[in-house]
Amino acid sequence: MKRGGVIWSWFWMILGILYFFLPLLATFIFSLKAVKDVYSFKAYVNVFNDPAFQLRFPASILWSVLTIIAAILIFVPTAYWVRLKVPKARPVVELITLLPFVVPAIVYVFGLVRTYSQPPLLIVNSPALLVAGYTILSMPYMYRAIDTGLRAIDVQTLTEAAQSLGAGWGTILFRVIFPNVRVSILSGAFLSFAIVMGEYTLAQYLAKPAFAPYIALLIQNKAYEPAAATIISFTLIWACMGIIQVIGGQEQSGQIAGGH
Amino acid sequence: MSQSQKRDAPKARPVSQMSWAWLGVMPFFIFAFMFLLYPSSTIVVRTFQDAETGSFTLKNIINLMRDPYVLGAYSLSIKISIVTALGGAIFGFLLAYAAIRGGLPRFMRSSLMTFSGVASNFAGVPLAFAFIALLSPTGMLTNWLKAVGFNIYDYGFTLFKFWGLSLVYMYFQFPLMVLIITPAIDGLRREWVEASENLGATTFQYWRYVAFPILLPSLLGCTILLFGNAFGAFATAQALTGGSAMNLATIVIGAQLRGDVLGDLGLGYAVAFGMVIVMTVVMIGYSVLQRRAERWLK
Repeated sequence: MKRGGVIWSWFWMILGILYFFLPLLATFIFSLKAVKDVYSFKAYVNVFNDPAFQLRFPASILWSVLTIIAAILIFVPTAYWVRLKVPKARPVVELITLLPFVVPAIVYVFGLVRTYSQPPLLIVNSPALLVAGYTILSMPYMYRAIDTGLRAIDVQTLTEAAQSLGAGWGTILFRVIFPNVRVSILSGAFLSFAIVMGEYTLAQYLAKPAFAPYIALLIQNKAYEPAAATIISFTLIWACMGIIQVIGGQEQSGQIAGGH
Repeated sequence: MSQSQKRDAPKARPVSQMSWAWLGVMPFFIFAFMFLLYPSSTIVVRTFQDAETGSFTLKNIINLMRDPYVLGAYSLSIKISIVTALGGAIFGFLLAYAAIRGGLPRFMRSSLMTFSGVASNFAGVPLAFAFIALLSPTGMLTNWLKAVGFNIYDYGFTLFKFWGLSLVYMYFQFPLMVLIITPAIDGLRREWVEASENLGATTFQYWRYVAFPILLPSLLGCTILLFGNAFGAFATAQALTGGSAMNLATIVIGAQLRGDVLGDLGLGYAVAFGMVIVMTVVMIGYSVLQRRAERWLK
């Protein structure tokens, strides 16, 4: 590389670093200003002591955990079975797992509300619908993570070995397949966690308590508290991405049409 | 399988086994049908249905084409998606190229990938607030610039209109570009630079006749994907503008769902249907170009 090239490389990198950090820095400084003339963590204390936060933050954690459980229970057996027995189903299944990219979250929730808000399909108020919706939103990431994990192991041989030792399907799935794709499941799970924790649209329009709509409410009513909540949200995403890297999910997948 | 096939001895077993094996993927198909395919098809079906009588009609599509409010929303969505897709693609490519081939220390590459993973997921409501803290009339950067005698709000900038929102969208656009263009940049072999240098090519000629044509399908595909990424965005714009200052197509759907605008229910379906069509075209375009690009990535 010529010297001029390196200088340009640094130029773009520094610009990128500024773009990335300046909004976060501004938010962080702002979050410390709740008490006049001194820096303090008052805004964070206010958020943590807010009954609405105490309801909505754990609610989001609950939605994420339920989503991850549902996704594992549905997608692992499916991906496994498609590899083992019905490779013909692969193109259809893959197409379906990519469909959430084609339907933006707001259009998706529009469809859900319109479909499930009239008898006999009146389930729009059920928390299960929110979890099902999140499971669909997480599907492109979860399913692909699991499928990539399965590609790395010899599904056929493992299954036959387990069967010849007398294992039933349950044992094969939970004690042979799961442990072998644990890393992939975990990367997918933490990505889903980050997405659900920051998701606004579904929770807002299905009228369920969640963290992102709470931040939106804070923005309208408070000054420093939304800054604190934004930093909390950012820290969560950072932690999830960090964990994904540590446990070895090499391929990073960007979010394409989820929580924006 | 049917009885006639079972009697057909040699073929019978594989065929009937096949059909039982399909039962194993049924839970997935039932789940996908209930919570993805059926609700999505509702949008398509009701777009072509009269809201009162339920009979087939093109009325909703025609109303959509005639409604200046809806058309304005689509055109604004398309404009902001084009601007931020191009901006995000150019900046994201330059960043990724700088980190991978720009002669920077090696740790820059992995740091950039981590930051991009975080930033492309840091979207929606918290992102909107981060930019309010930075660039609103009392934001940090606004105040800094004011202190040196340059008030951006005197020069027509406002965070809550088109260019402000574009700047915010860029925050999740360029990191996504970095993530998806990286394999293509990795695919540019170093021997190609050496070969073209040995043949006496200038840097410009290398880019014009070697690197650019190879990268072109990837660049186009990724730009299209970025377009879709911005086109479907809702929470960021809603949180930043409160849903009033910027009438994007997604904002119109959100308002319709709350019952604020468009008394006409059928028109709401048509707007949502139009978005699905645009996104489908985007995804098909992306996958076609991606397949072309992969020829060089072996």
